[in-house]
Amino acid sequence: MDPMAHKEADGDVSRRRFFTSTAAASAGLALTPSLAEAVTHQGTPPAPDGFVDVTITFNGRRVLSCLTLAAAVNGKKVTTVEGLEHDGELHPVQEAFIECDGFQCGFCTSGQIMSAVALLREGRARTDDEVREAMSGNICRRGAYANIVDAVQQAHACGKAI
Amino acid sequence: MHAYDFATASDIRQATSSSGAFLAGGTTLVDLMKLGALRPDHVIDINSLPLRGIRTGRDGVHIGALERMSDLAIDRIIIGHYPVFAQALSVSASPQIRNMASIGGNLLQSTRCGYFRDVTTACNKRQPGSGCPTRTGDNREHAILGTSTSCVAMHASDAAVALMALDASVRLVGRDDERSVRLAEFYRLPGGSPDVENQLRPGELIAELILPKLDWARTSTYVKVRDRQSYEFALCSAAVALDVRGSRIRDARVAAGSPPSRPL
Repeated sequence: MDPMAHKEADGDVSRRRFFTSTAAASAGLALTPSLAEAVTHQGTPPAPDGFVDVTITFNGRRVLSCLTLAAAVNGKKVTTVEGLEHDGELHPVQEAFIECDGFQCGFCTSGQIMSAVALLREGRARTDDEVREAMSGNICRRGAYANIVDAVQQAHACGKAI
Repeated sequence: MHAYDFATASDIRQATSSSGAFLAGGTTLVDLMKLGALRPDHVIDINSLPLRGIRTGRDGVHIGALERMSDLAIDRIIIGHYPVFAQALSVSASPQIRNMASIGGNLLQSTRCGYFRDVTTACNKRQPGSGCPTRTGDNREHAILGTSTSCVAMHASDAAVALMALDASVRLVGRDDERSVRLAEFYRLPGGSPDVENQLRPGELIAELILPKLDWARTSTYVKVRDRQSYEFALCSAAVALDVRGSRIRDARVAAGSPPSRPL
């Protein structure tokens, strides 16, 4: 059943009733599977080993889609990694990750890139240690951290708008 | 996840008249709903309520309960006047979680005890009377102060420890009344009913946090000991504020976290 199908207005408190299939129950109504259903490209994937990197941008800030109910973002702006490219051109952070080989299996990469974009916009790439601290919410099971830091610094130095 | 009703509250009276779980940042509620440890029939999104803002009054600083941790951590007033609080916020969780989490929700976050979070195990907090596996099981990160034979769950909030040292209060709003409670009295020790963690009544929510005026709170700091350098809960922590004049400490506030089952 389409989880957004049933909406009632009850005075000033709008109510929606949600039903989930058993298969979707574990991820339930968190944002990730709802977006995965909505977008054509699976840019924010669930990982087979259970680890999900789900950093997205919500109202201009980086957040975790796995802890965000789809219903709670109704009418708000959400950006996933697919939203970074512009007219077919990769975002400078995406280019830097490719050039610096900032990934191995790729499962954390969407979130690493989204976090990197955010921290550069926040002005938090003054040192490598600052980058590591600002990226501490993005874990890489394959240990690509050193190249990820290089990618962030390369994007920081490239002179292009982030 | 089980089926539930989702509603968005547009004013405080409707929120406090509803029954169900309040949703602010969602970093505790959605986490535990996905695990099945919390199964509310109704979820009420309170993010539109007018519970934001940082205001300095004669009695101290008033902070709306929906203010996000990341905003508070970089607020000049908090950094300048209550650095222990700013530090505690900045070593909490991760940047993403700090962007999502409200300070009110942070104070109410659930324990990180693995048995509470795992619905296949006994847990007196989640299911009163079912037992507590920590006695013979995993208990390395659990509380050692303020515990009972029913529960040794630790309270994970860094901010609460700092706020305890600052003798902060919370303003609680219910359907028919409101009241202020000192944080030191807000949290309950587990005793024989570890499922009752604080003084909130049904339908009540935290509207505001109040940091009392305390000039020497500027001389304060937060120390967090943990297994990892970042993005990790505390094994133990301390918030300290000192009234130093010349070479003498005239007064001190010390609060400890994680070994106690609630900040002490």
